[in-house]
Amino acid sequence: MTHAAATVDQMRPPYPAERGLDVYNTKLGMWVFLASEVMFFAALIGTYIILRFGAPGEWARPGIVLNIKITAFNTFLLICSSVSMVKAYAAIQDGDPKKMRFWLLMTILGGAMFVGIQVYEYIHLIERGFLPSGVRDGSELADLVAKGTLPAATMGLYGSTFFTMTGFHGFHVTCGVISMTYLYLTKALPGKYTQQDYRGIETVGLYWHFVDLVWIILFTIVYLI
Amino acid sequence: METAHKRPNYVLIWIYLAVLTAAELALAFELPISRNLKLILLLFLAIWKAALVGLFFMHLKFERWNLRIMALIPLPLAVIFILAGMSEHIW
Repeated sequence: MTHAAATVDQMRPPYPAERGLDVYNTKLGMWVFLASEVMFFAALIGTYIILRFGAPGEWARPGIVLNIKITAFNTFLLICSSVSMVKAYAAIQDGDPKKMRFWLLMTILGGAMFVGIQVYEYIHLIERGFLPSGVRDGSELADLVAKGTLPAATMGLYGSTFFTMTGFHGFHVTCGVISMTYLYLTKALPGKYTQQDYRGIETVGLYWHFVDLVWIILFTIVYLI
Repeated sequence: METAHKRPNYVLIWIYLAVLTAAELALAFELPISRNLKLILLLFLAIWKAALVGLFFMHLKFERWNLRIMALIPLPLAVIFILAGMSEHIW
């Protein structure tokens, strides 16, 4: 699982580091921020678990309510954008800013596509009658509830938890896309990242991979289980 | 500079992640197994994928232990937090 050509220590870039941790300030700050983000998403996921297992009756079946195929594609897209991000990081480590700019742009495009598809998914779900408050009267999903295919008692809980969790994640992806676009325009394009200093790429990369990691968990919990 | 280490094969990790995602979908909608077993296997696959991202894309595998500990501390805290919430429901 290794490239023979890579000999640099990618965890030890040659710039001043915090004593003890041997990590530069922005990277340390990002890890502390990500630790707080773990607790934030733990609150959302924990609430979902408690509501689901304490629900009055059967939980809504994601396979009927949601469009799993399009979300599975979106999951794959986010995984691809994580790979392109780490390729950008590897490229600047190897002293190839042109390649780094290409992979960073691919990451931005992947992230933007993810958000676009999520917006499309929301529009489609709302058209079918799936709302944060439950099911809209007279809609396609309301018919399924009336037929007993979907449980009436838990659709409101499912709607509110679904839109809260995926919405907050989508907000994080949007923030990541904006951050990466800012870095691309102000740092990457003017050639400010070098083999000696690529802190911005590493730091925003940590955030981006975290967003991918959270989606991996959310996809399983919200869409598959 | 510290001791050099080799770089992971990112494309191979990407293939692992894609295959595991396909396995999750097959498990969730195609395989006729019990609901509880399905739940456990799906959670296992999700944690496996998350670990791959954390270890290789976020490079935790190559970081020093003090940073790894700092990154991993919130995980048991999150588990305690969720279990505490669930226990309130049980009690």
